[in-house]
Amino acid sequence: MKTSLKKKTTEEIIIDDKYCKGCYLCIAVCPKKVLGRGNKRSRAGYSMPQVENLGECLACALCEMTCPDLALTVVLEKK
Amino acid sequence: MNPLAEKYLRKSALPLIFCPGCGDGTVLNIFLRAVEEMGIFKDLALVGGIGCSGWLPTYLQSDVLHVLHGRAIPFATGLKLTDPRRKVVVFTGDGDCAGIGGNHFIHAARRNIDLTVIMLNNGIYGMTGGQVAPTTPVSKRTQTSPYGNVEFPFDVCELAKAAGATYVARTTVAHPRPLLTLIKEGIEHRGFSFIEVISQCPTQAGRYMEGTSNPAELLGLIKKRALPVEQARQASPQELEGRIVVGKLHHTREKKELSQAIYENFPEEKNN
Repeated sequence: MKTSLKKKTTEEIIIDDKYCKGCYLCIAVCPKKVLGRGNKRSRAGYSMPQVENLGECLACALCEMTCPDLALTVVLEKK
Repeated sequence: MNPLAEKYLRKSALPLIFCPGCGDGTVLNIFLRAVEEMGIFKDLALVGGIGCSGWLPTYLQSDVLHVLHGRAIPFATGLKLTDPRRKVVVFTGDGDCAGIGGNHFIHAARRNIDLTVIMLNNGIYGMTGGQVAPTTPVSKRTQTSPYGNVEFPFDVCELAKAAGATYVARTTVAHPRPLLTLIKEGIEHRGFSFIEVISQCPTQAGRYMEGTSNPAELLGLIKKRALPVEQARQASPQELEGRIVVGKLHHTREKKELSQAIYENFPEEKNN
């Protein structure tokens, strides 16, 4: 297995369709391109981002901290 | 929904009123983190002025005042003086703080009262339709300067420093972690703390001033213009043109805080 510097691993990234406004700031700030543009619509009618490669996630939570609508949550794996 | 939002926000008021991609929501997000890490939610008293940024405190389940245009700081002064144990945080915009409430702002800085003023600067009057603000850069096109702005903008951090503020910092929404540290330091500091946060406004400032309404592009532009204060000290004036100097610009503990000074003058009131 490839040695990794990762200290934490992400279990999942939850994007709440009730609050997401599809600004795609989470895609812009991600250093590893974990998120991408999706086809699913939020309840307000905006097209939402989707999780594309969760394995690359560094658990830096920049997307969670930048999300202006508090719709995004990075769930860390419990050890 | 984010667990922090679940814990601290009024569910009935959600979703947030801001346009998609507005930087104000990021500041609310980071502020909730600061509150969580410091554990000060019970002592919080928030004041919001008029403008998009004035809406920020109204989403929290704490004590909130939403007041007249430009008059957020006088109301906050009253709140602080009636009970100095309160942690009073003022959310204000650039038009609210530097434009309409400019005089209140410099006098609060002069008095060195223990407030934390978070000024969200998007360089335009966004809510009212994109008029030119005291912080709009030269030659930028807005609704009331269709041939480019001919006025020179304020450097609000320099103004705060000159007026006597004891903690002055500037950062942007493209730097969430430094923003968190600076907000925490500002709340901890006993004295007038002023934090300027450069944020993007895709609807007004982005469309007319920068020529794009894509929030991600605007965030990238802000990030590119940012220059850390340590590097800015060695830079020439030509290099500093159009750049945003970010970081802790001024911090001193020499001045006495106003509410402390007032309550020391009334010895019989001390124990209450």
